[in-house]
Amino acid sequence: MNNINDLRYREVLIECLYQMADDKLLLGHRDSEWLGCCPDIEGDVAFSSIAQDEVGHATFYYQLLHQLGEDDPDRLAFGRDASKWRNCMLVERENDDWTYSITRHLFFDQFDQIRLQAMCTSSYEPLQHGVKKMIREEYYHLLHMKTWFKQLGRAGGVATQKLQQAIEKLWPDVNGMFSFAGIEEDLLRFELIQLTPTEMRVKWEAEMKALFQQANMSWPGEFPQLKHDGRKGEHSAALKTLLLTMGEVYQSEPSAKW
Amino acid sequence: MGMVHRVLVNDHDVTVQLMPTFVGCPALELIKKQTMDRLQQIDKKNRIHVEFVFDPPWTSDRITPDGHQKLKQFGIAPPQKSLQQLPSCPYCNQEDGEILNLFGPTACRAIYYCRGCKQPFEGMKVV
Ligand SMILES: [Zn+2]
Repeated sequence: MNNINDLRYREVLIECLYQMADDKLLLGHRDSEWLGCCPDIEGDVAFSSIAQDEVGHATFYYQLLHQLGEDDPDRLAFGRDASKWRNCMLVERENDDWTYSITRHLFFDQFDQIRLQAMCTSSYEPLQHGVKKMIREEYYHLLHMKTWFKQLGRAGGVATQKLQQAIEKLWPDVNGMFSFAGIEEDLLRFELIQLTPTEMRVKWEAEMKALFQQANMSWPGEFPQLKHDGRKGEHSAALKTLLLTMGEVYQSEPSAKW
Repeated sequence: MGMVHRVLVNDHDVTVQLMPTFVGCPALELIKKQTMDRLQQIDKKNRIHVEFVFDPPWTSDRITPDGHQKLKQFGIAPPQKSLQQLPSCPYCNQEDGEILNLFGPTACRAIYYCRGCKQPFEGMKVV
């Protein structure tokens, strides 16, 4: 039931688009920070290409938001206070080492794939069309991350040790991806999405448990309760620093036309 | 490349609907401008518009046989029919290029290695 004139429909659609756009832009920005710093040239090219995809997807969502009456995409990206961001905490964390970044990306891509699949029949057609296209592109990201996760896990020594540390560090942030900050019931009611957050997490767990097994990594167990929910605008200092860096050029002359 | 979805003519307005190969392709504005410039050259009477659509989505199997040939001439292996197939070398036609990197210089290309002529080559991704 697409009822774009229904006030609540519009409200939850907009909120949901912010969650998706903000996840993607921040992750894409973090990816871009790897340029010139990866362990090998292939890794460099990979993170740069993935960054371009992620930022491109974010732009798509910001354009949908703009069509719905929200601010100009540039201003949404570069001129918004940290408390207005709706991304999950996982994507705003600093890159740490390469293993952490790969594992973080894997966890997010798996979640993203499930969220996108749950929107393939979304009642908002412009979103549905974009989602169907993006799923085909995301396939490559997930494949890349899964391949590396298995290689790191099977390698033993420092590689596996670092992977173990990365998993432990990321684990408290997993639950945050599945937060929809209270709009989940309306998203289902309006058929904007087809799965509940719990159903999505069950799918995520099944996929990841199989991969952990292939990588010879042990499953860390239950996800800790969320302390801060990024989707509600509760963020870390890392986001503020990131926004300052990302918006530096724009903020130097906000009225400039690029 | 199979990127033209349809061309709509309404009075003196000609609208070309293009399907982006990748959502975040940074060349979209360039493609739009070149399409408009080229059409304006051959059609000076009408107003030309170019817009991008995602429905239906562009997929790599939309590239025509002619497009496959042109990609090859350009040194880029055309996309395979399925994700599992590996491309042949655009230079020497040796089959099954080895994957060097799923990611290449643009979103739509991957990098392979040819065991025949022993050099890397680029291939269009299957999407
Ligand atoms: Zn060859």
